[in-house]
Amino acid sequence: MLTRIERRLFCLFRMFLIAAFAVVCLPAPGALGADQEKPYTVDAEGKVNWPTFSGYRRYHSECHVCHGPGGLGSSFAPSLLESMKTMSYEEYLEVVVNGRVNVNAATQNVMPAFAVNLNVMCFVDDIYAYLIARADGAIGTERPQHTGKPPEAAENEKACLGF
Amino acid sequence: MKGKRTIALVAVAVALAGVSNLHANTKLMKMSEDADQWVMPTGNYANHRYSELKEITSKNVKDMKVAWTFSTGVLRGHEGNPLVVGDTMYVHTPFPNKVFALDLNNDASIMWEYHPQQDPDTIPVMCCDTVNRGVAYADGKIFLYQADATLVALDAKTGKKAWSVSNGDIAKGQTGTSAPMVVKDKVYVGISGGEFGVRGHLTAYNTKTGKRVWRGYSMGPDSDVLIDPNKTTHLGKAVGRNSGTNTWKGDQWKIGGGTTWGWYSYDPDLNLVYYGTGNPSTWNPIQRPGDNRWSMTIFARDADTGMTRWVYQMTPHDEWDFDGINEMILADIPVKGKNRKVLVHFDRNGFGYTLDRTDGELLVAEKFDDVVNWATSIDMKTGRPNMVNKYRTEYNGADVLSKDICPAALGTKDQQPAAFSPRTRLFYVPTNHVCMNYEPFAVSYTAGQPYVGANLDMFPAPTAPGKTDRGPHMGRFIAWDADKGKEVWAIDEKFSVWSGALATAGDVVFYGTLEGYLKAVDAKSGKELFKFKTPSGIIGNVMTYMHGGKQHVAIYSGVGGWAGIGMAAGLTEDRAGLGAVGGYRHLQNYTRLGGGLTVFTL
Repeated sequence: MLTRIERRLFCLFRMFLIAAFAVVCLPAPGALGADQEKPYTVDAEGKVNWPTFSGYRRYHSECHVCHGPGGLGSSFAPSLLESMKTMSYEEYLEVVVNGRVNVNAATQNVMPAFAVNLNVMCFVDDIYAYLIARADGAIGTERPQHTGKPPEAAENEKACLGF
Repeated sequence: MKGKRTIALVAVAVALAGVSNLHANTKLMKMSEDADQWVMPTGNYANHRYSELKEITSKNVKDMKVAWTFSTGVLRGHEGNPLVVGDTMYVHTPFPNKVFALDLNNDASIMWEYHPQQDPDTIPVMCCDTVNRGVAYADGKIFLYQADATLVALDAKTGKKAWSVSNGDIAKGQTGTSAPMVVKDKVYVGISGGEFGVRGHLTAYNTKTGKRVWRGYSMGPDSDVLIDPNKTTHLGKAVGRNSGTNTWKGDQWKIGGGTTWGWYSYDPDLNLVYYGTGNPSTWNPIQRPGDNRWSMTIFARDADTGMTRWVYQMTPHDEWDFDGINEMILADIPVKGKNRKVLVHFDRNGFGYTLDRTDGELLVAEKFDDVVNWATSIDMKTGRPNMVNKYRTEYNGADVLSKDICPAALGTKDQQPAAFSPRTRLFYVPTNHVCMNYEPFAVSYTAGQPYVGANLDMFPAPTAPGKTDRGPHMGRFIAWDADKGKEVWAIDEKFSVWSGALATAGDVVFYGTLEGYLKAVDAKSGKELFKFKTPSGIIGNVMTYMHGGKQHVAIYSGVGGWAGIGMAAGLTEDRAGLGAVGGYRHLQNYTRLGGGLTVFTL
């Protein structure tokens, strides 16, 4: 039985692995390359699988204040719908983990580094699935219906967040 | 003998210090009574936003014209209002927080400009647009509270920096948005960052040196909150030991929110400073069992020592993000047939409260919008809301969407301050008429990262049961009787009224709209008398002053803030700014970004 601190350390370690993976493995083909299965599912009734819904929630809790509803973009930050079509999974991870700064006389765009943000990093694959579903046009900006939260998703959520 | 003399000298020194404090206090207060000037962000210590000027009246306001305009060169949301001290107007902007001193005797030309250098990492840790609510003036200095939580004192004549002090750390999500207030030799500032788990506090700095005098936290041990467990009261009863920790589970209070980003008021006779605290962190109530004292609370603190005289918690264990930071308006009015020194407060939670400001006794608590449904009433004995389970996000649970809660998280009213006219004894209140769906879920805390834990959708309020449908409208501007707890008249607005009001002795009340209109209405009837569309949506507060023998009315435009962030951030569809745009998406059909000042005369 891991203590809360151990779980958190484990989670941080996992995040470092992800970060290291992103840096070291570039430009190796990703786990979710074009020939792979799509990271999301949408059933005949339009319901998404839990990871995609989870990504929707986490995106709108952490990312949308700058990148806008459904990844549409804003004057703070660019739309993600086009960039997610060309950006590899590894590139996506790299930017989420390390952030970006683009400050000059004309623009003051700053993306914070989310490497230490468990609410992002624990769900970084979910957010990816959601954004790919958006970029593919498989779902709209409104709150998607989902097929249910599997017990293991609840377990993983708790373990990674350190509750 | 020697000892006695020392004591006598100390006594003289204390007396002198007292006199000099009194002098400084009196001077600023006297200036605030001179209707020709507007020397405090709030108009006066009582937060009346009322002017004795009456050249412009309900009869002639229809003839008002634009006298001059000024562009700030900054695009984001322009909250607050300028100051007029003597013949100089002080204009402030959102991040990067420029300050301009304009010479009213010389075509409003720029006497000096202050442009602080701030870390751009401040931008992504500001929750709801990079707003700033204004500068304060006292003793020849302008006090600017920057986005990066640095408090700066500038020479009012030259703009030269006299001192600066850091009141927070952006790496922990601590930022500055509120307008400071000066009382005697102290300048008070709060802290923003409730969406980043910042523990709120009010801090007093010496106006001459910038040295910190006291800091009172919103939660934590009594020594942090500046509470005397036997003397500090809640509805007449001593609060007891460590109420700011034992109403929390574990160490959650350390990231407990209760930020202090609203307005401050002051009663010189009672020597008390009043303000409210914000939401407990996180927005997921399941993660923070307990009453979460003293978030969502009205504080009355001794102006000199910061010690808490009384508190009143409006929304214990918040489940909706109903921050309690809205202004406390101090008025001396009859309540239930008896003259009282009251504090009137229109809370985000949709209730208008009237309290005795000497001891915090609850006198009136009534809904100021019929659609408010999360609680049926306030229990006048315990002060607690009688809640409706259906609309409780904790009762419904994590990962569950609680539907059709009124008001929405941005409240029946947010920071946009109301005005009080001693002539009509009415309060003029800009309000939101917006409801929401809210889904809390588990989040983890990391310093400097968002700590929200909820998703929400907002939409125009439905018609209240038993009321006639007046068509969709997301805002109302109302006149309120704080004795009876009743609305006297109301004006429907298409969008939330996110502009602070001004009442004048000419019996005119002014406010701005998100589409960009400055409006003037009759103080008694609410009848519209004048409107003019400024270059951008208005989220600033109307002010007035006299110059060159003429009354002027001034308003910032520059859409943004929480209400406008969807637009400010260039969005076109639902969900932005923590949900606000759901109800505001059509605002883009009316206005665009752009910071400026429009000044009117007859």
